[in-house]
Amino acid sequence: MSSPLSEGPRPTDALGTPLLTRRQRMLLAFASLLVTLTLWWLASASGWVDKILLPSPRDVVAALQSSIADGSLLKNVIASLRRVLEGFAVAFVVAVPLGIAMGVSRIVYGLADPLLELLRPIPPIAVIPLAILWFGIDELSKVFIIAYGAFFPILVNTLAGFREVDRVQVRAAQALGANRMHVFRDVVLRSAFPFMIVGARLGMSMAFIVLVAAELIASSAGLGFMISDARYNFRTDQIFLGMACIGALGFALNALLLRVERSLLKWKTS
Amino acid sequence: MNASAVTVPASSVDVRALSVTYGAHAALSKVTLEVRAGEFICLLGPSGCGKTTLLNTIAGFVRASAGEVLVGGKAVTGPGADRGMVFQEYALFPWFTVEQNVQYGPRLRGVNNTALQEISDRYLKLVHLEETRHRYASQLSGGQRQRVAIARALANQPKILLMDEPFGALDAMTRESLQEELLRIWEAERRTCLFVTHSIGEAVFLADTIVVMQAHPGRIQVVLENTLARPRERTSDAYFAMYRKVDGYLRTAHRPASEAPPAA
Repeated sequence: MSSPLSEGPRPTDALGTPLLTRRQRMLLAFASLLVTLTLWWLASASGWVDKILLPSPRDVVAALQSSIADGSLLKNVIASLRRVLEGFAVAFVVAVPLGIAMGVSRIVYGLADPLLELLRPIPPIAVIPLAILWFGIDELSKVFIIAYGAFFPILVNTLAGFREVDRVQVRAAQALGANRMHVFRDVVLRSAFPFMIVGARLGMSMAFIVLVAAELIASSAGLGFMISDARYNFRTDQIFLGMACIGALGFALNALLLRVERSLLKWKTS
Repeated sequence: MNASAVTVPASSVDVRALSVTYGAHAALSKVTLEVRAGEFICLLGPSGCGKTTLLNTIAGFVRASAGEVLVGGKAVTGPGADRGMVFQEYALFPWFTVEQNVQYGPRLRGVNNTALQEISDRYLKLVHLEETRHRYASQLSGGQRQRVAIARALANQPKILLMDEPFGALDAMTRESLQEELLRIWEAERRTCLFVTHSIGEAVFLADTIVVMQAHPGRIQVVLENTLARPRERTSDAYFAMYRKVDGYLRTAHRPASEAPPAA
């Protein structure tokens, strides 16, 4: 018998509203996209909005095809990706050891913390002009700014990790024969590790924001350059395409880091 | 059991005129206590009586302000693997599997992988958790976590087992079954056990000797031999008689020390 009662209550949220099934959610998402695309297409095809300001979906697809064909899209994606990864790597390599040193030594913390608190409120974008003067208009200045942007989320989270170390776990290790080095390796670093990973993910999203800003201001390649260049040529189709690519790349990087996070921190979620 | 041939003998504990002060607060004042090797002792008393401080000083986590603690004749200067500890909060390493937790102490001593596997198999079997060896602490119930913590402490072959209200966070049913399990393990492994509790019933059920403590300043009020025959019945008349005796001392603990103890 499949009476409704025997299947138990439908899952609801805290307020008692029934949750949607997976199928219902997919349908809604599809409908929402379809309506948006139709409105967009109507707006540009009917002439409500100037075609120069709002290209039709078909124009954007055409721009995608031609920029794939002439290799410019790939070139720009690679240029951006390289910068963001280089800047992020520099930030990670500096912030994590500094965070560990600050977490372990009160003297290092006392020396570094005031400086960092002075620098932290300065948005990375405000550092761009100085970086261009110091490091020129080429790659070095961009990598510097991206590293600067990614540095603080990684550092701040690493430090937060050290504050989370559980005294009882340290004692448990000591009572099992652990010396200072063992406690550091097996308890302190292990406790701080999840925070470092979260810091890396936040640092990566900051790196990405700063990347686009730096490329908009001065560059000869990259996705930021692509949309800034398209603006001078009134190529809104390319602007749309560039924005979509930036969104897709940011989404992909975040998804990748989330996967890394889950596989490294299996013990937390399982 | 053949494997128990590797067991280290238990140690005695000798606490001599131990005082621990935090600023102006005397957590422990001139506490003297002798624990025989292999004895099961419960430290019992109201909060603030210093029972946990006493345990932490024996463990080496807290430094004596005056007096000393000897374990197996040697003065305690810091934490060490000869004194295994079980905490109320379990304190398992959540990033290690159950098996890795149990192997941790022996691994630090440089025991090889084959022997590590034997050790963790043996102690997980002792606490009936062989099937959870590859799980993480987050996948276990509170009672299971504490059994892993006991296995982890024992697997390191300590001469003394220190337990700080280990069953305090568990529900009553789980607590009783773990008490029985602990006694079974203690009878098999014969470690010296120092067990902190604020439950009279727990102390009467487990201990050879019950140390009743008092607060302000933390000190020992009386040391009671628990002569109840083992195995103990929680519903026997003898159990209740012992319970009433301990309870009588605890109730006078709030009065000035000059007053006479109750007739028991």
